[in-house]
Amino acid sequence: MNLINHETVVKRMKSRLSKNSISKWIFFALTMFVLLILGILLFRIFSQGFGYLDLQFLQSLPSRKPENAGVYAALIGTIWLMAVVAPVSLLLGVGTAIYLEEYAKDNVITNFIKVNISNLAGVPSIVFGLLGLTVFVRALAFGTSVLAAGLTMSLLVLPVIIVAAQEAIRAVPNQLREASFGLGATKWQTIVRIVLPAAIPGILTGGILALSRAIGETAPLVVLGMPLFLAFLPKTLLDSITVLPLQIYNWTGRPQVEFHALAAAGIIVLLVMLIIMNSIAVLIRNKFQKRY
Amino acid sequence: MVKCASHLVIGMKGVFKLATQNTNSFSVQKMIQEKKKKKSAGGITEKIMPYILFLTAAVSVLTTIGIVLTLIFETFLFFDAVSIKEFFTAKVWYPFSETNGSFGILPLVMGTLKVTVIAAIVAVPIGLASAIYLSEYATDSARRIIKPILEVLAGIPTIVYGFFALTFVTPILRDIIPSLEIFNALSPGIVIGIMITPMIASLSEDAMTSVPNSMREGALALGATKFEVAIKVVLPAAISGIVASIVLGISRAIGETMIVAVAGGSTPNLEWDITGSIQTMTAYIVQVSQGDVGYGTTIYYSIYAVGMTLFVFTLVMNLLAQYITRRFREEY
Repeated sequence: MNLINHETVVKRMKSRLSKNSISKWIFFALTMFVLLILGILLFRIFSQGFGYLDLQFLQSLPSRKPENAGVYAALIGTIWLMAVVAPVSLLLGVGTAIYLEEYAKDNVITNFIKVNISNLAGVPSIVFGLLGLTVFVRALAFGTSVLAAGLTMSLLVLPVIIVAAQEAIRAVPNQLREASFGLGATKWQTIVRIVLPAAIPGILTGGILALSRAIGETAPLVVLGMPLFLAFLPKTLLDSITVLPLQIYNWTGRPQVEFHALAAAGIIVLLVMLIIMNSIAVLIRNKFQKRY
Repeated sequence: MVKCASHLVIGMKGVFKLATQNTNSFSVQKMIQEKKKKKSAGGITEKIMPYILFLTAAVSVLTTIGIVLTLIFETFLFFDAVSIKEFFTAKVWYPFSETNGSFGILPLVMGTLKVTVIAAIVAVPIGLASAIYLSEYATDSARRIIKPILEVLAGIPTIVYGFFALTFVTPILRDIIPSLEIFNALSPGIVIGIMITPMIASLSEDAMTSVPNSMREGALALGATKFEVAIKVVLPAAISGIVASIVLGISRAIGETMIVAVAGGSTPNLEWDITGSIQTMTAYIVQVSQGDVGYGTTIYYSIYAVGMTLFVFTLVMNLLAQYITRRFREEY
């Protein structure tokens, strides 16, 4: 019995092989297309904004005249925002992760918290803005302050930190905990002196990545009503701030080309900050993270 | 490992000291009892810490409850002024008229829909192609270079994409399609597609890499070409992860704000035309937040009603993605 018709196989072989090699190039080309877009994006922004990027740009307050305008207020505002987001989100995030990994029993409540966190990660950032507007700006009467913005952003990045901290804590091998218990340490002592020190590189990496997301977000702050244009610096937690993305948004929205160049220069400053933060995160991960 | 061990030693040093000092006069049992008495203060920490940590965990739950309650309450206030029927069926969204404003959500949904469909048309083929290339064709060194670049692309703030859409993509498209307006659905749609491509690519690639090699080898041994293996074996086997990644990507596109706020315009309409100015749900919220709308007006409450609609849309998409991964996952 001749089940395989040799001629048909030979006939079809050619088209199958050519389809194979063509598709390989298509897949490769589309992947390269994505990288190309990134290249164009960066090239455009750098070529547009480089002319405006100098020390004066970093040290000036925003101005109606493009040649005098700068990002100083936005830069300081971004640092203030980080100063609120970092402690609040780390405290809440790491606390939650410790609870879920070390204390929580496998019951309905724990399950609910876990499902809730993964759903929270999918909520659009602008909806967090609405929450912040109602709760922080209006109900708690913080106004359009650093505090209101920082707390809103902390809630926004909380899922990122929780997941990163959970992974870091889970990666600490159980032998270490058992050895600590075996020597008579209590559970809390074990967590503070054994588990957390071992998990700190992973937690820090996740924390920095979350922070870099927080300083790049625009939408929630617009909803909170943060000023897009601010010519003074904050002194207390209840003062208004503007941040880099808001300043960029403000400049992008203007029709004049000079302001677009300013926006590009602002984007360069923002991207450089993000690159520095991400490099620190990668550095910590590579240098301190141990594999057990 | 060594460092942790040293932490362990530091932590236990007190115990050792005690032990070496007192071996002659105390039995170990007495020592433990002594220690327990001394540590009543530490015992309290031990007892309350779980509750404090539980409270921090409760914050994330409270956030969700806060979001839902905020949206529901303010949306109810909105429906005091505008009937539910009008909200869902009226064909015009024009809130800025004091006497006869019209609040029909459909034009805003239409704007979101147009942008999302364009984004999906861009992102799904490119994302899948990249995923197939990375998991099936790329050498290890190529993957090590390309994957971090995709991560960079995913980490770029959306306002940067918005700027890119307005100042680069729109002018180019206007050269190709002369009738294109400055603000349109096409340009932000394409750029959102580029923004969600890395997400679809990397999640799909994860799903494809988890397909065991034995299946690929089986197909190759039967004479299949690499392309046939990718399309007929790996793709079907990883389909749950791939579909979930697409659904998550679309959910991101629906909730995307700054790109459409910068490049999409502010003209809500019900037309299928993608060359004209539009307004999405998110862009409307931004537009109202930026203006000086008085607290307590119908327009103020309308952003919550729109936010509620947006929240329901994305929640349904996210739950769908979770359901797909759970229901159709194939374990190997």
